[in-house]
Amino acid sequence: MRAKVPQQDIKKRIQNFFEVTLGYTKKQAREEAERCLLCKDPLCVKGCPVEIDIPAFIKLIREDKIKEALAKIKERNNLPAVCGRVCPQEEQCEAMCILNKKKIPINIGALERYAADYGRSPVTSRESQVTSKEPETCNLRPATKISVVGSGPAGLTIAADLAKIGYSVTLFESLHLAGGVLSYGIPEFRLPKKIVDEEIAYIKSLGVEIQTNVLVGKTFTIKDLFEKGYPVIFLGLGAGLPQFLNIPGENLGRVYSANEFLTRINLMRAYAFPEYRTPVNIGKKTAVIGGGNVAFDAARCALRLGSEVTIVYRRSEAEMPARSEEIQNARDEGISLQLLSQPVSILGDEHGFVKGLECVKMQLGECDNSGRPRPIMIKDSNFVMDIDTLIVAIGQTPNPLLSKATAELKTNPDGTIVVDKNFMTSIPGVFAAGDIVSGADTVIAAMGAGKKAALAIDEYLRKRVKGQG
Amino acid sequence: MFKILGKSWLSKDTKKFVINAPDIASHTQAGQFVVIVSNKNSERIPLTIADCDRTKGTVSIIFQEVGFSTRELGALNVGDSLRHILGPLGTPTQIENFGTVVCVAGGVGIAEVLPVARSFKKAGNRLLTIIGARTKESIILADELKQASDELFITTDDGSYGKQGLVTDPLKELLTVIEKSTHSKYPNLVYAVGPVAMMRAVSELTQPYSIRTIVSLNPIMVDATGMCGSCRVSVGGKTLFGCVDGPEFDGHLVDFPELEKRLNSFKEKEGCLNKNCPRKM
Repeated sequence: MRAKVPQQDIKKRIQNFFEVTLGYTKKQAREEAERCLLCKDPLCVKGCPVEIDIPAFIKLIREDKIKEALAKIKERNNLPAVCGRVCPQEEQCEAMCILNKKKIPINIGALERYAADYGRSPVTSRESQVTSKEPETCNLRPATKISVVGSGPAGLTIAADLAKIGYSVTLFESLHLAGGVLSYGIPEFRLPKKIVDEEIAYIKSLGVEIQTNVLVGKTFTIKDLFEKGYPVIFLGLGAGLPQFLNIPGENLGRVYSANEFLTRINLMRAYAFPEYRTPVNIGKKTAVIGGGNVAFDAARCALRLGSEVTIVYRRSEAEMPARSEEIQNARDEGISLQLLSQPVSILGDEHGFVKGLECVKMQLGECDNSGRPRPIMIKDSNFVMDIDTLIVAIGQTPNPLLSKATAELKTNPDGTIVVDKNFMTSIPGVFAAGDIVSGADTVIAAMGAGKKAALAIDEYLRKRVKGQG
Repeated sequence: MFKILGKSWLSKDTKKFVINAPDIASHTQAGQFVVIVSNKNSERIPLTIADCDRTKGTVSIIFQEVGFSTRELGALNVGDSLRHILGPLGTPTQIENFGTVVCVAGGVGIAEVLPVARSFKKAGNRLLTIIGARTKESIILADELKQASDELFITTDDGSYGKQGLVTDPLKELLTVIEKSTHSKYPNLVYAVGPVAMMRAVSELTQPYSIRTIVSLNPIMVDATGMCGSCRVSVGGKTLFGCVDGPEFDGHLVDFPELEKRLNSFKEKEGCLNKNCPRKM
């Protein structure tokens, strides 16, 4: 049996924004770690985008060496407390676990989280621990300045990795807090902001300087950064442009993009209004359009603000891209699913606020390019949902602000930035990875890409030094 | 940190801050704005950059105290620092020699029009400026605008300064005179900034004459970098983002009633902040 992870009581948790999943106790973690077969040729590692030595850290947990277990994880992963919480492990490391044959893979995510939460030591001691490593490589790269634009998972990872090698890294963030989607997107009840703050403090302890309130493209241009003496610029801009449905009524009051709704709640803490001054308006009945993690995050936030919530999705539950754990959590909390339904128009009242959502029923047809069955409208199946708040969570694309301001930066028709196999963009010295290159993906995928880009940048700079010398 | 280097009162409830922000100052162009967070728990509010001094590394903002957040900002003093300031944001005003330009500004919009008016003049335009407010004490920057313009018209609702009436009155008069005259030409561009009703009225006035009319919109913003769509406006049937596509748009294409309704979205909550309601959660 897999050791069960304790959770906050359902009735209580829907009235607060505290973390739902409480994490393993020492005893439970030991119990779960004991189940690992410590494979010689572990498949789980191949499933991890940053290739954490999973059996090695699990073995250390067994031996009660939690700090050592965390250090082992940190050799590969700069944000373990985040990843242990938000990675879709069921599609990654845990999907590859040999125990899947019996359908009970090791709960690697919960163990990673356990190590991160309980193995924490003061930042200062961690600093010496990390910077003392890899001394010989430091000498090769004497304090070359690197700028990283965007402090989300890709930017944080690459900044940490390059700082560990010995580069002088400055991270630029347009919002007033660092973290990207970790700060504005993922809610407190899935990822406490205190955890994000601590992970960022760790990255700073590696020598990374973080400058917030800098919108590259406006406050500085790419050219300015080169002129400021950064030979390398990494763009980890993410996919932050919200998609809308383009149906009538979308600009009515109380119709939000998930980005706006979640930013108000997570970054601006509108759930604690008026102690925090940013308001959020939520009515009695909310519909959330979409079936991804963002839709579920938005729905569960709306529920915690006292609304009755329905998720409207055009395919069936099996096709939902959200983590199954989150779908279950949402169901437990009383969120209903209106499946196989596609919004066609939003109805408003005389004051300009949403009062209803007209949908049409769908049926599933043949598979499309994404490998999922194509939803097809059923004629004359229209129905109206009685709602007073609508949140649109149908995906994000890259924000075109920087590419518009930088004519030489090549982009694809979908707004993603074109890079070569070494992560270099059409501008020499400018690199990019994460959602800005791949389109919207997971936190860990962005981190995995950031890790590889860090190596590519290091190689580029070494060649450059050689060329000059 | 973003230190407040200067503070002055332009009217009873309109204040001017000079803020130390060299990076913003060195990139600012007319028509752009900043987002400000005054204190730790404050909301993000957009404010037009009224002036900037590149050599001193400062930007100026002028704001009217209309609610909790602007009053909170107004309570800061010289020597205090703003918690956060992001900018310059938005697409700059398209400045070129159009010929004759009429700038129309109402209320605190008068502060916002100054950098734009100066830039139009500098580009060689013949510049007529019309400013208006409810009463005399809300007319600000009249001397600066007089200096920047070829002609300045002032109106007040109560007639306590300039002509009694609305900013649209001098504009209407001007257009009627030109209509009757055989030699005068219509202005090549009208630029309006102020309350939504006023920008709408100006746009409706110029439409029959097909005079290109630019309005600087003031939708609700959060991040102001294009990631949330809180500031979306309908322009010519298309949804655009005020913060990145604007804040300036073709006044003849803007859906003003929709903008007005969206601006009322949080009225109840704003009232709650002003009354300091207890926390409900």
